[in-house]
Amino acid sequence: MFELSSTLLYIAFVLYLAATVFFAVSITGKKFRDRSGNENNKAGLFGYISALLALITAISYFIIRWMATGHAPVSNMFEYTTALGIAMSLAFVILYPIYKSNYLGLFTMPVVMLIIAYASMFPGEAQPLIPALQSNWLFIHVITTAIGQGILAIGFAAGVLYLVRMIDFTKASKKVKGIEFIMFTLLATIAYVAIGMGFEASGYTATFNYVNEFGEEAQMDYHLPPLVGPNEGELASEQGFSPVVNTPEYIRSNDVNTVLWSIIGGLVLYGGLRFGFRKPVAGLLQPLVRNVNPQTVDEISYRAIAIGFPVFTLGGLIFAMIWAQIAWTRFWGWDPKEVWALITFLFYAAYLHLRLSRGWQGEKSAWLCVIGFALIMFNLIFVNLIIAGLHSYA
Amino acid sequence: MNKVTCECGHKNPYGTYLCESCGKPLKDEGKLANMRYEGVARRSQTYQKSIVDKIWNFFSSVKVGIWIIVLLLVTSSLGTLFPQEMYIPPGEDPSLYYAQEYGILGQLYYDLGFHNLYSSWWYMLLIAALGISLVIASLDRFVPLYRALKNQRVTRHTAFMKKQRVYGMKENSEALDIKALSTSLKERKYNVREEDGNLLAEKGRFARWGPYVNHIGLIIFLIGGMLRFFPGMYLDDYVWIREGETEVISGTEGEYFVQNNQFLVELYDEEDNEIFQEALMREGSPVVSNYQTDATLFKRSTEGSIGSETELEKVKDHSIRVNEPLTFEGISLYQVDYRLNELSTFTFGVEIEEDGEVQALEEVVFEVDLNDPQMYYEFDNGYQIEIIEYFPNFNIDESGEPTTLNRVPDNPRIIFELYPPDADPEEDTGEISLIGVQVNEPLNEDHDHTLRMLDVEFVDVTGLTIRRDHTLPIIIAGGIIFMIGLTQGSYWFHRRIWIQQKDGQLYVAGHANKNWHALKRDIEYLREKHDLPETVDQADEEVKEKDQVNEGGRDKNV
Repeated sequence: MFELSSTLLYIAFVLYLAATVFFAVSITGKKFRDRSGNENNKAGLFGYISALLALITAISYFIIRWMATGHAPVSNMFEYTTALGIAMSLAFVILYPIYKSNYLGLFTMPVVMLIIAYASMFPGEAQPLIPALQSNWLFIHVITTAIGQGILAIGFAAGVLYLVRMIDFTKASKKVKGIEFIMFTLLATIAYVAIGMGFEASGYTATFNYVNEFGEEAQMDYHLPPLVGPNEGELASEQGFSPVVNTPEYIRSNDVNTVLWSIIGGLVLYGGLRFGFRKPVAGLLQPLVRNVNPQTVDEISYRAIAIGFPVFTLGGLIFAMIWAQIAWTRFWGWDPKEVWALITFLFYAAYLHLRLSRGWQGEKSAWLCVIGFALIMFNLIFVNLIIAGLHSYA
Repeated sequence: MNKVTCECGHKNPYGTYLCESCGKPLKDEGKLANMRYEGVARRSQTYQKSIVDKIWNFFSSVKVGIWIIVLLLVTSSLGTLFPQEMYIPPGEDPSLYYAQEYGILGQLYYDLGFHNLYSSWWYMLLIAALGISLVIASLDRFVPLYRALKNQRVTRHTAFMKKQRVYGMKENSEALDIKALSTSLKERKYNVREEDGNLLAEKGRFARWGPYVNHIGLIIFLIGGMLRFFPGMYLDDYVWIREGETEVISGTEGEYFVQNNQFLVELYDEEDNEIFQEALMREGSPVVSNYQTDATLFKRSTEGSIGSETELEKVKDHSIRVNEPLTFEGISLYQVDYRLNELSTFTFGVEIEEDGEVQALEEVVFEVDLNDPQMYYEFDNGYQIEIIEYFPNFNIDESGEPTTLNRVPDNPRIIFELYPPDADPEEDTGEISLIGVQVNEPLNEDHDHTLRMLDVEFVDVTGLTIRRDHTLPIIIAGGIIFMIGLTQGSYWFHRRIWIQQKDGQLYVAGHANKNWHALKRDIEYLREKHDLPETVDQADEEVKEKDQVNEGGRDKNV
């Protein structure tokens, strides 16, 4: 059963890819004509159907894994990140029929794929629940939060679409730098996944003996070639080599090493595109989205935020507080994850106020959507993995 | 302050953008009318004289509100840079800990008070400012907005129509069938009002109150949070209970007691949980599946006569687990900590050395309860043993004197004085020895007897948090009201369509507070059935102009 759920997730991934391709065709292939000479491009419809099938398959993965492990598959980094990707596609499947924007599909589906691919970099085996997580609030709180964040992520996709459509790439400006940074981040994530999967397939492990932050001897495994080593690290395995630099003891050097690899990989990908085409990377996309109505995209991103914000608040703060009261004796305890959920809430609240009362629409609003999504990802990745707290389960 | 009289004759308060009655723009502000709050005059824009006005104006500004939000956001994030004081390892001295762990930045963090950031006076002040801003900004807008929407007229000024984002106009060739139009609008659940061949269709006005409702919810929530600081509202205590023991529950004025019948820690078993095998293997160390205290709640019996031994009446049994606190009368007991295998009882025997042969005295065997030791033991064969001194957690203090760190028997040492049958405790000095785990030292000379530890018993101890929070009902009410308001404002939209016939022209204009898409579809629907002018989104027009400028710029560069 467990294997079946994993297979379903693979199938869903392929379907998301198919949806991406169909949406791309629906935009670039506008001039296809059928036999009678009418413009007839059904690719958008196919894209939507693929996305819908992908969602159904992904939800099947979710339910079957739930049945197999006995708890909602939202209890660790792999499971939650996957759920977030699925939630984003859910939000898309709901929003598409309203606006019928193939462009939104073209920008959403790759992000969904990227999130799920990123998730797959974490250990995916079934993990038992620690006592604090053994509650029905696990699925109530986490699934609601994931759906809220998934909807907010649509705001990000629409925001990026808006920026690619509206920014003037002929002149070097801060805006161009900003959107290029987004592109670089996406490419670095792709690089991270690709490099990680490549070395994992080759079974690479380098082991170091080192002195940890408590001054004790310990071992640390690297799954990528070590560019930086641990504190007083000494190679203990056949594979690998001794890096030039060792990090101080309070830094988890194998994570830093992975980050370095991702940045380098991202730079290679970005540099290749940037200098291969002699154009800003986002600028390459601009001709594709020439026909996008910016007002519509702006409204989509705003609606995504307006719909997602209450869901996120309900799941990420209200349900979170109810559960915290039951499991941790207090509804609020200034745990880093709690604080960052509050920060995300405050940020989107500021977004809504800026938009409603100070007329921050269009481009400014699109930038805010990007920052909001960055906060969500920060809270997911950085706060879980780097800042120790009650939520560090992965 | 001077009233502004519109050409329709309505007297508007000073500061009005759009005439409250006919909607004619009273201030020229670009192509599109400023429909925020219906263009009403707000108190903050009307009065600017006294100090009260100034404070009111400051806090009524959304700009100020946003600044407060942003400041809260940024400062909150600083507090997660390093752990807050409550999350550093227990027993660490914060003044040293931060510098030790995080270097200069850590020291700075501590010096700036960021280790207790969320209870700092300035953070509290920011939250208070947010609360004040919520109240004032809401009142400043709600009252005039409510009046404007209640008093809005059907017939609007042409200039008002022209300045709406969705707008269309054409020659009115044949008189419009207002009745049929109104029926179509009612099919789409619009409220329709007619006046002199003009029409106002409105839907979802209640969405406009959403923000004010959610602000009320937030205020109630914040007040609830503040009430915690009043005495008696909030109880946060802690109790350690050994298996088999009963402790009083603080905050109940000695009325309730809880007994720990059994404490257990359960681990995931690889054999039984095949699906988790891989994860359990990778983890290396055992993974806990359950912490549980089987507890019984007792209440002091009211029947027992005063002065007699306390009689306890059983209220209920409950297994306290993480996520399953024992709750009664607003007090909850939570499973939060435990200590396994705490020493509980030592059993001692006495050996006597006679003619080079060691013999155990079978009659002299006794147990010492390490948590509440009996100090004197007497045996049938005449032996007497006295505990002179008991150190539950033995330590030598700075002056070299033996002492105990606390009452927890982590390292118990007992000084015994043993009197054989022939000795008289009143006059003679017995055999004095110090005994602990792996320790047995005679403290005086001429010992014929040796005390031997025969057995040790352990007990598990559970750590429970006792919590009562009277602010919860208020917090919950605030949360519910907030969510209702948020839903109301987010999932419903206020849409209005105006249709006007004037001087042989037919005007259509539409406004939505959000979701213009749905408004446009409604207007499309009307146009399919009725002879209405084509409408454009005037905001789109602006983009097109901008695009042309962009394209022009591009051409020049190419």
